[in-house]
Amino acid sequence: MKQIRIIFKRELAAYFSTPLAFVFIVIFQLLAGAFTFYLGNFFERGQADLSSFFGFHPWLYLFLIPAISLLLLAEERSSGSIELLLCLPLTLWQATLGKFLAAWTFAAIALALTFPIWITVNYLGQPDNGAIVTAYLGSLLMAGGFLAIGVCISAATRNQVIAFILTVVVCFLFLLSGFDLVLGVLQGWLPQLIVDTIASFSFLTHFHALAKGVIDLRDIVFFAALIASWLYASTIVLSLKKAD
Amino acid sequence: MLGFLGPNGAGKTTTMRMIAGFVAPSSGTVSVCGHSLTTDTVAAQACMGYLPEGAPGYDEMTVAGFLRFTADIRGLAGERRRSRMNDVTERLHLAPVLRQRLLTLSKGFRRRVGLAQAIIHDPKVLILDEPTDGLDPNQKQEVRQLIREMAADKIIVISTHILEEVEALCNRVMIIAHGRLLADDTPDGLIARSRYHNAVSLSLTDDSANKVKTDLAALQQVASVELDEATGRITAFPSSEQPLLPEISRLASHLNWSLKELHLESGRMEEVFRKITTGNNA
Repeated sequence: MKQIRIIFKRELAAYFSTPLAFVFIVIFQLLAGAFTFYLGNFFERGQADLSSFFGFHPWLYLFLIPAISLLLLAEERSSGSIELLLCLPLTLWQATLGKFLAAWTFAAIALALTFPIWITVNYLGQPDNGAIVTAYLGSLLMAGGFLAIGVCISAATRNQVIAFILTVVVCFLFLLSGFDLVLGVLQGWLPQLIVDTIASFSFLTHFHALAKGVIDLRDIVFFAALIASWLYASTIVLSLKKAD
Repeated sequence: MLGFLGPNGAGKTTTMRMIAGFVAPSSGTVSVCGHSLTTDTVAAQACMGYLPEGAPGYDEMTVAGFLRFTADIRGLAGERRRSRMNDVTERLHLAPVLRQRLLTLSKGFRRRVGLAQAIIHDPKVLILDEPTDGLDPNQKQEVRQLIREMAADKIIVISTHILEEVEALCNRVMIIAHGRLLADDTPDGLIARSRYHNAVSLSLTDDSANKVKTDLAALQQVASVELDEATGRITAFPSSEQPLLPEISRLASHLNWSLKELHLESGRMEEVFRKITTGNNA
């Protein structure tokens, strides 16, 4: 536990010791705002809720989260510091979990800094604040899911560009798997059971429920299990490929 | 102190990495301080310090921050952490760069920071992969001095392809090539394997080299004589364990050779190394 905390502290400090943290947070706020007000028609909808805000989070995360996750391991690999880290007395689990938690906290900070929009909507009307909290929770869980995928992929390669692109693609598949477009194509020739399984992996389905303010334990378990299994996969990938 | 010697690509770094627990051996086991690296990795890693090749580190951290991080991971705390930090800072002369980021350090300082993190917990075993690679001669000397100081109470394994380093530092040498152990000896023992061991070299001020060569070859104790045309240096190789030098110096004064120099060769590490790693009598 202590080792995880030390790694966590170092990683989080590492984010803030480069301009990356500030660039990331500023861009995140700008894009979130732009999507909400221009694409989401925040004002025109005339409703005191944040669904136009949360609705774009999956797409925002799709490109921004891989950027933070690849710093975790692909960067260590290319600078060689991974050799130093893994020869310190700590387990792969501790290293991976510490790193993941740092990145997740970083994402949480970026997300928390969107609070002005929450103030705005409260100023303009009487939104259901419980639903908004739930939606924030859902958004954070989804960010964790994307991150865990990113950690695993960045564990596999030293090339940061490859890590970025692969992470985007895999995350995209996880997003899309709930879309009628994809499911419609599959429905024709795959057994219903498999189609349902693929659909059940969709981030969007699980996130939309939470974003509407519905806390379903299944959605939370889904994201938790997803994060745990991708992190577990990361430790396996790391132990197999740490030297090359 | 064990020196690990071999040509580039011989498997030095891989061996070091296996000892440090970074890669797992495909067969066999490694254990350090009685802890197996396969089953008890963390305990084994806790009792050794490791300087990976090229001394990697976290570029964005300051030297002090980086050392504090490794000290924390090593479980040092409170007064002990402070005294160890001061000790390594002083030993490696890191005080002027403590607030600098690793990114901005020169190669010499970077290597020293790498060494500092390896000895921060005062480990029993120290694994150093090419600790002086890429340093200037002064820095090399400094790092060697430091390693020598630590050798008194530690087991140190260094890998290198610099031969003088092994002669200067180690009391045991292993030579590997293509992943196989080819020699395991003391530095003196290795040098004694040299063809030049106990040979006598001389050079002359005039051009009577060919005559001298013939005279030398006539001696009973001399197995063969070589003349290096470029430098005019003559080397006589002994045929037995008998010392050659007294006999030759007697002959020289008897025949009135105009000697520029005359000396006994102790043997050449470089030649032994080449012989062992290539299998030729180079």
